[in-house]
Amino acid sequence: MEKITLTPNSEKYLVLEAEVITPDAFAGKSLEEIRALLVWEGNTSWPLGKFFDVQGSTAANAADQAIVINGSVPRVKYVGSRMTAGAVLCKGDVDMYCGAWMKGGSIIVKGNTDAFAGIQMEGGQLIIEGNAGNYLGASYRGDWRGMKGGVITVSGNAGCDLGEYMMGGTITVKGNVDINAGIHAGRAIGAKDVGGKIVIYGDSPGRVGAQMIRGNIYMLGRIETMMPGFALKETKDVEVDGRTAAFKVYQGDRAEAGKGTLYVKA
Amino acid sequence: MTKKVTATNEILVKNGFVYDPASGIDGDVKDIAIQNGRIVEASKLTTGAKVIDARGKAVLAGGIDIHTHIAGPKINVGRLYRPEDKLHDPAMQHSSRLLRAGGGFSVPSTFVTAYRYAVLGYTMANEAAMPPLLARHTHEEIRDTPIIDQSAFTLLGNNWLVMEYIKRGETEKLDAFVAWMLKATKGSVVKLVNPGGTEAWGWGKNCVSIDDTVPYFDVTPRDIITGLAGANERLGLPHSIHVHANNLGHPGNITTTLKTLALTENLKTNKKSGRNQNVHLTHAQFNSYGGTSWKDFESKAGVLADYVNSHDHVTIDAGFVTLDETTTMTADGPFEYSLSGLNHLKWANVDVELETGSGVVPFIYDPKNHVFGLQWAIGLELALLIKDPMKCYMTTDHPNAGPFTRYPTVTSWLMSKKARDEKLGSLHKWVAERCQLGGISRELSLYEIAQMSRAGPAKALGLGKRKGSLAVGADGDVAIYDLNLKTTDVTQRPELLVKALERAAYTIKGGDIVVKDGEVVSNGSTKSTYWTDADGFDNPEVKHDIVDKFLKYYSVTLNNYPVQDSYLVNPTVLKAGPLAGGI
Repeated sequence: MEKITLTPNSEKYLVLEAEVITPDAFAGKSLEEIRALLVWEGNTSWPLGKFFDVQGSTAANAADQAIVINGSVPRVKYVGSRMTAGAVLCKGDVDMYCGAWMKGGSIIVKGNTDAFAGIQMEGGQLIIEGNAGNYLGASYRGDWRGMKGGVITVSGNAGCDLGEYMMGGTITVKGNVDINAGIHAGRAIGAKDVGGKIVIYGDSPGRVGAQMIRGNIYMLGRIETMMPGFALKETKDVEVDGRTAAFKVYQGDRAEAGKGTLYVKA
Repeated sequence: MTKKVTATNEILVKNGFVYDPASGIDGDVKDIAIQNGRIVEASKLTTGAKVIDARGKAVLAGGIDIHTHIAGPKINVGRLYRPEDKLHDPAMQHSSRLLRAGGGFSVPSTFVTAYRYAVLGYTMANEAAMPPLLARHTHEEIRDTPIIDQSAFTLLGNNWLVMEYIKRGETEKLDAFVAWMLKATKGSVVKLVNPGGTEAWGWGKNCVSIDDTVPYFDVTPRDIITGLAGANERLGLPHSIHVHANNLGHPGNITTTLKTLALTENLKTNKKSGRNQNVHLTHAQFNSYGGTSWKDFESKAGVLADYVNSHDHVTIDAGFVTLDETTTMTADGPFEYSLSGLNHLKWANVDVELETGSGVVPFIYDPKNHVFGLQWAIGLELALLIKDPMKCYMTTDHPNAGPFTRYPTVTSWLMSKKARDEKLGSLHKWVAERCQLGGISRELSLYEIAQMSRAGPAKALGLGKRKGSLAVGADGDVAIYDLNLKTTDVTQRPELLVKALERAAYTIKGGDIVVKDGEVVSNGSTKSTYWTDADGFDNPEVKHDIVDKFLKYYSVTLNNYPVQDSYLVNPTVLKAGPLAGGI
């Protein structure tokens, strides 16, 4: 794999929209061409090279292209969005829409991501070692077709509305989540998948699986307030991530005649 | 002292193949001259006229959309609650020194709506449903839509006072009230949407046949349709009543449709109006269904086409389904409720106090589903089976059956059997079995397309002297397409037709060149809002009734209700009543 390193220089900016930071955009280009790629700051566009020192070598195609963001860029949006192959490593934080509409390849964020990371993701791997913001792996605003495939892993906590309108794929959160995890999951018409899988190791204040129709949610921590639309079916041993434990098995959300399953650690 | 007349915006369109059904010209090589915003004899032009070389190109009058939804509250609901419609729009407009940024695939922003119509060679679009209470908002959006002429149809088919006057048989009061409403809302046309049914929906009911009673009001759709049709002719309005019939969108509704059209068979059309029909059935595709459920759903387009072929009191527009993902929106509240039940997507529904209602639901016309495939076929069947294209017009009921930006593609299906057979072959096998589209060999000519999209709608709207025509005296609205039918066989190369129609070589609006080579180059200077003034029908008792309704029931005062002229851009009055017969 060939590696391009983007090191933030001290140039000041408000917020950048950098859809161009993807292996797809970098592959096959010279360093000069990469520096000339445009990023948006409000309604003005600038070359990427104005904000980053660009070093390294490019590969012929996206699959062999790695990108390292050598620092924290908490106000750079759309890092790795719509990427189809290759790898992106961010050594610190990134802003909203990281890995949004991603189709393949992998993204590792050492720090935190803001909202909308991995929305409507179709494939690939998004690993967030810090915390994720709201709407992780959710649908685009207004849309009813959420995450379709791929894997999202968060080592820290995640915000609210995680996996909203989820159709497929897997989201794992090692820490706590805010309200509405898995809301509307499995609702999209024609979804071939079962509505996806969400694993939460920590706690949630509530509304887990609200209005879900299909899919599976595993809660290893505590739900402060259960949705009344879930009916307890049984308690049984279930294997999650290679470990077996006793879970209460709920079905719901009955408010929507849903057939989703919510496993809560007994 | 006489005012000196100066010649402005002089254009000579030279040597194009002219297709102008209003003048009976079918592809002859002719020059079209424009001066002061109107078509004139070429000899009238001064030497300073701008010359456009249209050699080898097709020259048509500017297109007219007789039924579209591009301004008003429910379109705004669609815009607001479908941000994803912009995400999926491949042609978002960036701002420039000339143009405003915006977009949206099925519910584009006001400015972008105008740009897209202009690029297609259209110069007028009629907003087909204006709730009277929200007329100001509608006109504000029309004001924000540059370039194209517009009018808005006032919703009256579920209005309390209309129903009360009809119930009591007070035709004089009904006439006065309709005239007052058009003036108060600056509307152009009497529009009926699911007459009685939308009001019944306020009681959780509907009127699926024309003889279902509206709760409380004790009238039926039959009474409302004949009542308003009569008022329409007595007032001599430029357009006939514009009817979105009851039982729309449901299997087997052809029966309701035929009964609806039969209601005005013997009603005399007011000839001063400039039109032939006394009823216009809109988006007829949605009302041409057989079967008893979605399972045995089938086409009854042939039945409606036969009726239209044998009767002169009716015109239709087709409501072509384009098999896209779009946003449905109509004042037919109960219909939108049943749609939301079909797809479980987001749904908005509103009751407009005393007047009407509406609903909005996103919709995906999935080509793999036999119902949507049949809906696609039924629209085309109507257009191909109706013999006279002056009776059947080009619409997609934008955005309900698909966005208007698909008109070039629809045209290719109508002009090329090859194009529609290709599409038909890709659909569910039931589609070909349950309609006769595969067996229809008719291929419309460009002249007939011009009848469907120019001359026909203009005549039906009572605007035939000024719109949809290239005759001397008509507005200087001209569309020039890079399309040479002498050298290009579009029946075999439909993709070339689509390419030419999607990006007009020139669109001229009132003498201004607004589009050149498929790009908007000007926001024009002649945009007008048309409204209908049926003067001379004042009635003090009706005024009293209106005041009474506002005091008792409306949440706004009467003073805040009528739309002032200042809301309108270049208001143009369509004369009706005793003054009918001229613009």
